[in-house]
Amino acid sequence: MRIIVAIKQVPDTNEVRLDPRTGTLIREGVPSIINPEDKNAIEAALSLREQLGGEVVVISMGPPQADDALREALAMGVDRAILLTDRAFAGADTWATATTLGLAAKKLAPYDLILCGRQAIDGDTAQVGPQMAEYLNVPQITYVREFSLVDGQVRAKRTMEDGFEVLQAPLPALLTITKEANKPRYPTAPGIFRAYREQQVERWGVADLGADPEGLGLKGSPTQVKRSFSPPPKEPGEIIKAPPAEAAKQLLGRMKQKNLI
Amino acid sequence: MDFSFSKEHELFRRMVREFAQNEVAPIAAEVDAEEKVPFEVLKKAAKVGLMGVPFPQKYGGAGAGEIGYCILMEELNKVCASTATIIGAHTGIGAMAIYLDGTEEQKQKYLVPLAKGEKIAAFALTEANAGSDAAAIQTRAVRDGDYFILNGSKIWITNGDIADIISVFAVTDPSLGARGGVTAFIVEKDFPGFRVGTKETKMGIRGSSTAEIVFEDCRVPAENVLGQFGAGFLTALKTLDVGRISLGAGCLGGAQIALEMAMDFAKNRYQFGEPVAQKQAIQWMIADMATEIEALRSLVYRTAWMLDSGNMGREFSTMAAMCKLYGSEVLDRCVDKCVQIHGGMGYMKDYPVERMYRDARITRIFEGTNEVQRLVIATNLFRKIGLRIKG
Repeated sequence: MRIIVAIKQVPDTNEVRLDPRTGTLIREGVPSIINPEDKNAIEAALSLREQLGGEVVVISMGPPQADDALREALAMGVDRAILLTDRAFAGADTWATATTLGLAAKKLAPYDLILCGRQAIDGDTAQVGPQMAEYLNVPQITYVREFSLVDGQVRAKRTMEDGFEVLQAPLPALLTITKEANKPRYPTAPGIFRAYREQQVERWGVADLGADPEGLGLKGSPTQVKRSFSPPPKEPGEIIKAPPAEAAKQLLGRMKQKNLI
Repeated sequence: MDFSFSKEHELFRRMVREFAQNEVAPIAAEVDAEEKVPFEVLKKAAKVGLMGVPFPQKYGGAGAGEIGYCILMEELNKVCASTATIIGAHTGIGAMAIYLDGTEEQKQKYLVPLAKGEKIAAFALTEANAGSDAAAIQTRAVRDGDYFILNGSKIWITNGDIADIISVFAVTDPSLGARGGVTAFIVEKDFPGFRVGTKETKMGIRGSSTAEIVFEDCRVPAENVLGQFGAGFLTALKTLDVGRISLGAGCLGGAQIALEMAMDFAKNRYQFGEPVAQKQAIQWMIADMATEIEALRSLVYRTAWMLDSGNMGREFSTMAAMCKLYGSEVLDRCVDKCVQIHGGMGYMKDYPVERMYRDARITRIFEGTNEVQRLVIATNLFRKIGLRIKG
């Protein structure tokens, strides 16, 4: 059993500030962490390995400092960590990212499962997992909160807005995991010190992937960021001060006026 | 000069902080109120490798060194001084004595299960008539073939009633006094003649257990002599030296959280139409707290760095005493100011500040009173210019 987990290093905050001039994230002073739902994906992979044996390989595309995220994954207990890092990868949109991760997965074939977090807290697109499945032409099940292997296939509970679906797919398949799936384990204390002092994070660049740099990074990105902005703050609410019956009448009137009812 | 933590220590701090917030903080009020040892937390701590943090991995530890261990004590003390005290007595002095002076066989047999958290350790020096005057211990150990027979009792032993393995100090030759006449032993709780005596009820750190332990013709195998025969007092002093750094680190954590809580309260508490933080009286308290905390942080981590660099000389001993002395007094001043800034709310049991105030008081007393620390510091300083302090 070989399980690949694709993770992303993100800034540790839900309120990332943007540089109004360039429209890019201000990363200074914000510690970097493994994207929270990617940790759920790691946990799912590790517990599956504990049941069935095999190997968990974590891959991440990012700048050299994403090394720290991969060390943390090693400290959680994964077997192998690979950082996809190259100047040619820079500026990638979700498709170019999925392509790069997909190339790495191909190099790691044969594999049985690819797990991703549902979405990253910085980009919030939830696209990289599905696009990677498309690139690799493998079945995908998104928003998974529970799964198991049944008769050589994966059966997963997929969260919907109003309930859930149960889907089954042949292997290899790609699943995106939600935070409801599990409680990620802590990296262990000895694991942390081993990860930095004894273990290796492999580094793969364009040449290692045998890829055409034209299809990767900014050049391989069909979408471009034109402008980023923070939405204006929500206007304060209004309190209708009147006796209850009168207030209710006023409120109804206001709601009709705004075509809310 | 480089004051930065390594990446592994930074990740370790983040991991400990999460563990402390998620697993320890929720039980802190309860273990205090019910005087209950948090065994579940200790089990979880063992699982993630927090019961042997400073020791090398070949002995079942995390390999985090003293710096890593100080990070652990700092972060744990932010949320629960009781849990920190249990793990501190276990790791920082109980198991530490075996790490510092144990033979390879003793380390394999005792340190490994302790560092993995499969067993709990304690350190037993204090007696009814030997507190600050530790050299006055009366517990006797007499050789009997392949055994030593121990008689006597130790009081106020942290983890005394929950420990499986205890580092015990006993007189082997009364004519020689402390230097030469005291030997350290590794005692298992199941050795015949060992029993737990009175359990204490305390002002603070109530979730940690403090008990008397009694030796009545307790048979200890001769191979369990810890360190050199007759050199037990040195083992005790060396272990306590090391323990004082992490004690200072624990105080640092307690003081830091007192500052953060005081600031948060001062920002949100309105009097006279504005946050009380607008009052200079409050600002000065906050400024003093923050300044002392930063000074303490530098002292603690510099001393931890000295130990990790292999320096265990007299200068180290002086610095370690300063960590304990200054740490506990900074903590004392910070929690006191924190209570004062909280006003009436700082006195009510609904807020953790009240517990922090009670928990802090012991740090000026245990593991060598602050008066003893001052004595150690002054003795070491005067020795440098050729004056022997009588003690």
